[in-house]
Amino acid sequence: MAGIYLHIPFCKQKCHYCNFYTTGSLKYRDDFVKAIKLEIQSRKDYLGSNKITTIYFGGGTPSMLSVEELNEILETIYGVYDVEPNSEITLESNPDDIDFEYLADLKKHSPINRLSIGIQSFFDDDLKYLHRVHDSKRAKKCIENTLKVGFENLTIDLIYGIPTLTNDKWTENLKLFFDYNIPHLSSYSLTVEPKTALDVLIRKQRFANIDEKQSIKHFNTLIEQTDKNSYVNYEISNFAKKGFYSKHNSIYWLGGHYIGFGPSAHSYNGLSRQWNVMNMKKYCNSDSSNLIKEKEVLSESQMYNEYILTSLRTSWGCDLEHIYNVFGDGYSEHFHKTIIPFIESGKILKRGSVYTLTNAGKLFADGIASTLFFDI
Amino acid sequence: MADRLLEYTGTVSERDLQAQVLDDMDIERERGITIKSHAIQMDYVHNDEKFVLNLIDTPGHVDFSYEVSRSIAACEGALLIVDATQGIQAQTISNLYLAIENDLEIIPVLNKMDLDNAMPDEVKDQIVDLIGCDYEDIIEASGKTGYGVDVILDSIIHKVPYPKGDTNEPLQALIFDSVFNSFRGIIAYFRIFNGEIKKGDKVKFVNTEREYEANEIGVLRLDQESRDILRTGDVGYIISGIKTSKEVKVGDTITHLNNPCISAISGFEDVKPMVFAGIYPTDPDDYEELRASIEKLQLNDASLTYEPESSMALGFGFRCGFLGLLHMEIIQERLDREFNMNVITTMPNVSYNVVTNKNEIIEVHNPSGLPEHKYIDHIEEPYIKSQIITQSDFIGPIIKLCLDKRGELKNQVYLSTSRVELTVDMPLGEIVFDFYDKLKSISKGYASFDYHISGYKPAKLIKLDILLNGESVDALSTLIHFDNAYDFGKRICSKLKELIPRQQYDIAIQAAIGAKIIARETIKAVRKDVTAKCYGGDITRKRKLLEKQKKGKKRMRQVGNVEVPQQAFLVVLKLND
Repeated sequence: MAGIYLHIPFCKQKCHYCNFYTTGSLKYRDDFVKAIKLEIQSRKDYLGSNKITTIYFGGGTPSMLSVEELNEILETIYGVYDVEPNSEITLESNPDDIDFEYLADLKKHSPINRLSIGIQSFFDDDLKYLHRVHDSKRAKKCIENTLKVGFENLTIDLIYGIPTLTNDKWTENLKLFFDYNIPHLSSYSLTVEPKTALDVLIRKQRFANIDEKQSIKHFNTLIEQTDKNSYVNYEISNFAKKGFYSKHNSIYWLGGHYIGFGPSAHSYNGLSRQWNVMNMKKYCNSDSSNLIKEKEVLSESQMYNEYILTSLRTSWGCDLEHIYNVFGDGYSEHFHKTIIPFIESGKILKRGSVYTLTNAGKLFADGIASTLFFDI
Repeated sequence: MADRLLEYTGTVSERDLQAQVLDDMDIERERGITIKSHAIQMDYVHNDEKFVLNLIDTPGHVDFSYEVSRSIAACEGALLIVDATQGIQAQTISNLYLAIENDLEIIPVLNKMDLDNAMPDEVKDQIVDLIGCDYEDIIEASGKTGYGVDVILDSIIHKVPYPKGDTNEPLQALIFDSVFNSFRGIIAYFRIFNGEIKKGDKVKFVNTEREYEANEIGVLRLDQESRDILRTGDVGYIISGIKTSKEVKVGDTITHLNNPCISAISGFEDVKPMVFAGIYPTDPDDYEELRASIEKLQLNDASLTYEPESSMALGFGFRCGFLGLLHMEIIQERLDREFNMNVITTMPNVSYNVVTNKNEIIEVHNPSGLPEHKYIDHIEEPYIKSQIITQSDFIGPIIKLCLDKRGELKNQVYLSTSRVELTVDMPLGEIVFDFYDKLKSISKGYASFDYHISGYKPAKLIKLDILLNGESVDALSTLIHFDNAYDFGKRICSKLKELIPRQQYDIAIQAAIGAKIIARETIKAVRKDVTAKCYGGDITRKRKLLEKQKKGKKRMRQVGNVEVPQQAFLVVLKLND
C-alpha cells in the first residue's frame, strides 16, 4: 500500500494565501510533462515492492493540463508501477479550468475517479480577498457540471476565518455544500503564511487581519453542522460521509509510504523523507544526481514525533499500544506521563489505549503535540 | 597598538601575530576589548644598546579600575593613547590622573591617525589642555599601520626613568595580576620594587599572610620563560602551588619569610563587588554542574564572588557579586561559552546597607533578603561620583537623564568650546539598569562615562514585587526609590507582557508595593493553536516547527502555573528595547 503524488505547479495567478511552489508561466509545459514522465521511470525502485493504491494530482493547478497530458502521465505510471485496480485517482482542479467538455472528457477517457475542487467560498468578496481566479457563479456551475457528468467521489475546499466572511455567509457556504450532497469536504482556517502576498498586505495594513475569535466561531459552526449532516471529522480539516474518506491523504496521516513527482514534491519510504528541487527550470533539466533538494533520515524520536503529530489530528487517534510495540516502553511511558494533563483539561479523550482530540482539543492540536514530543 | 609594539621589537614573529595577541579570551577578541591585564617583556636595541621594556596592557572599562590602578602602580611610565577620531574619553581622564598620582612619565600618543576622520589638531588641543605638554611631545601613530611605533619606543627610552629601588634591600614585589593554569595552579604576576627573588625562596604574601615556596619564577615573554633569579625592576611570574584565586589578591606585596620588608606596598584594597544578581541553572538538575563551573571561573577571576541562595521561583542557585554590569555580562557569557551552562540571571541590584531599629547595619545583596519592614530604621544605598564628557550639543538631554536617575549635578566644565565635562553624584542603583545605554543613545555614542564609589546615603527605597497570577515572583523583586516606583512598575508589567508568551490561561501581571497593587497587565490565553493543513510535504516542516517550540518551552521556567522565559527575568534591562 503506497501512494503517488504528482505536483503540477502551474497556476493562472497566485492566490494571496498560497505558499506552495507554483509558476505562472507555461513556457516549460512540454518540458515539464517530459521531465515528470522521466522521473516516474527513473525512480521506479523507490517504493520497493509496494503496490500503488492511490494517485493524486496536486498543485498548483493540475487541471491546467489537458486530459491527454494527464493520461500520458498516468500511462507512464501504469507502465512502471503495480497499480491496484480500484485505486483512488484524484485530480485537484479550479472551477475556471473545468468546463462541461473537460469534465465529460475526463470522465470518459481517463481513469481519474475523484475530483477535488478549490471552491473556497460561494461569495465574490471572499474570493476577491483570497485572489482566486473564479467567481461565485462559476463555482456553483462547476459543481453542477461535475455532478451532471457523473463524478460521485467529489470533494470541495472551503476556507473560513476570512475577514470578509461573516458568520451568516459561512453558514450559507456550508448549507450550499450540504444541499449539493457532496460526500467530502476539506475546510481550512485561513492562515497567514510568512512571505505570502497576504502576509505583506496585512502587515502593510492594506488588508484586514484575521480575527482569531471569528475563526474559532467558524470552526465551531463547521464541527456542529457537519456532525448534524452525518459527516465524520476524520482529520482536523477533513469531513466525509462513510466510504468517502480520502485514501491518499490518509496515507500521510497514518504513516504510509508515498512517492512524490514534480518540483518540490516530497517522498517518504518509512525511513527517510526527501524532496525535489523547487524550481521549474532546474527540475526540467535535472537528472538523478541533482533532482533531490534535501533528504532527511528520520531518527527514532523524529518518527515518534511524526506519529504523534499526524495521528493526533485524526479520528483514529494515537494508540498507546502502537507506541509501546513500535517505539518501546521509554516512549510509551513518556506519552502516558505527558498526555494526562490534557485528559484532565478535557482536550483529549481516552478510549482504551486510543487517545483522540475532543472538539475543544482540536483547536490546540499543535501545542498538545509539541508537549507530547520526545526530545533527544 | 600593543600588537604593533610587540611586532616592532620582534617579541612576536609575524607568523605568530594575530590581531590582539595579548587578549587571549575569545570574548576579548570578538568585542575588541581587554578584560584582563596582560604583561609582556620586550627587548629593544637603541643606538646599539639593549633595553628591556615591560609592557602591561590594561582594560579601559570602569568595572576594572582597581586592576588598572595596580598595573599603573607597577610602572614607571604610561602611554596615554588617545583616539584621534574620538578625543579624550571620561575613562581616559580617570586613568590619567591615576598615572599622574603615581608619578608616571606620561607619553601622549595620538592613535588611529590613518583614519580619514582623525582630528589631530582638535584632539592635540585637548591633550595639551589636560596634561600641559608641548604639541611636539604628542606622537602621531596608528595601531593599524604601525606608523609612529619607532618614535614611541625611542620616546620611552629617552623619557621613562630606569626603575628605582635597591637590590640589597629586603624583597618587596607588587602583585598586579594573576592567572589560572589548570596544571600549575594560580600564577601571580609581580613587579619587584626592592630586593631580589630566587627560585626556591620561601616567600610570604603580606596582606593574606600566607606563605609559599617559589617553585618557579620567570619572566613574561610571549610564553613564560623560567629564571633562577629576578631583581629590582624586573617584572615576572611566580608559581607556588596556589590552588585558588582567593589566595592571590591583586595589590598584595610579596616578601621573604625570613627577611621581610618593613612595609607593604601601599594602595592595596580588598575589592568588593558592587553589583549583585542571582544566577540559576535553566534546568534545575544542573545545579551542581553550575556550582563547579562558577568555582572554576572564580579560579580565573578573583573579583567574582558567589554564595548559594534559593528562590521560590527558580529553586537553587547562587547570588553572585560583580565589579559592574560589564563584568556581570562577561561572566554570564563565559559560563555559556567555556562551560556550556545555560543560566537565568535575575535582576541585578547593588549592595544596600539596611540600618535596623537597634542601629545594626545589615548588608543586603538581594531584595528578598530585606528584613521585615518593622525592623528597618532606614536603608542606605551606594552613591557614585561620575564624570561624563560630551559634546556640548547633548548637554541638555544628558543632564535631564542624570536628574531622572536621581543625580545631582556637581560641576560643569568646558574642556574646549565644544566639549563639556559634567560631574554628577548619582545612586549606583540607578546606573546598573539602563543608564549607560541611554547615555550612549542620546549622545549618538559620543558621551563617555566614568565613576567611582563615593559612599552611602540614606534613601526612600521600597521593595517592588511582581506577581504572576497572584503569586509573587521573588526573582523579579527590586528595590526602588519610592518616587519612581509607579512609573517603573507600569513599565515592567507592560514589558513582561511582551516577553512572556501567551499560554493556556489568562495571565495577570501585577506590580505591588506590599499589599498594594500599583500596575497591572493581562496576557490573554491562547485560544487556538493548530495549523490548518498537514500533508506529505508539511510533515517535516511542521515537525521541525513543533520541535523548536518544544525546545523553547524547555528554556522556560515554571513559576506557579506560568511558563516564564529566561529573558523575562532580566526585564529591567530590556525596558528600552
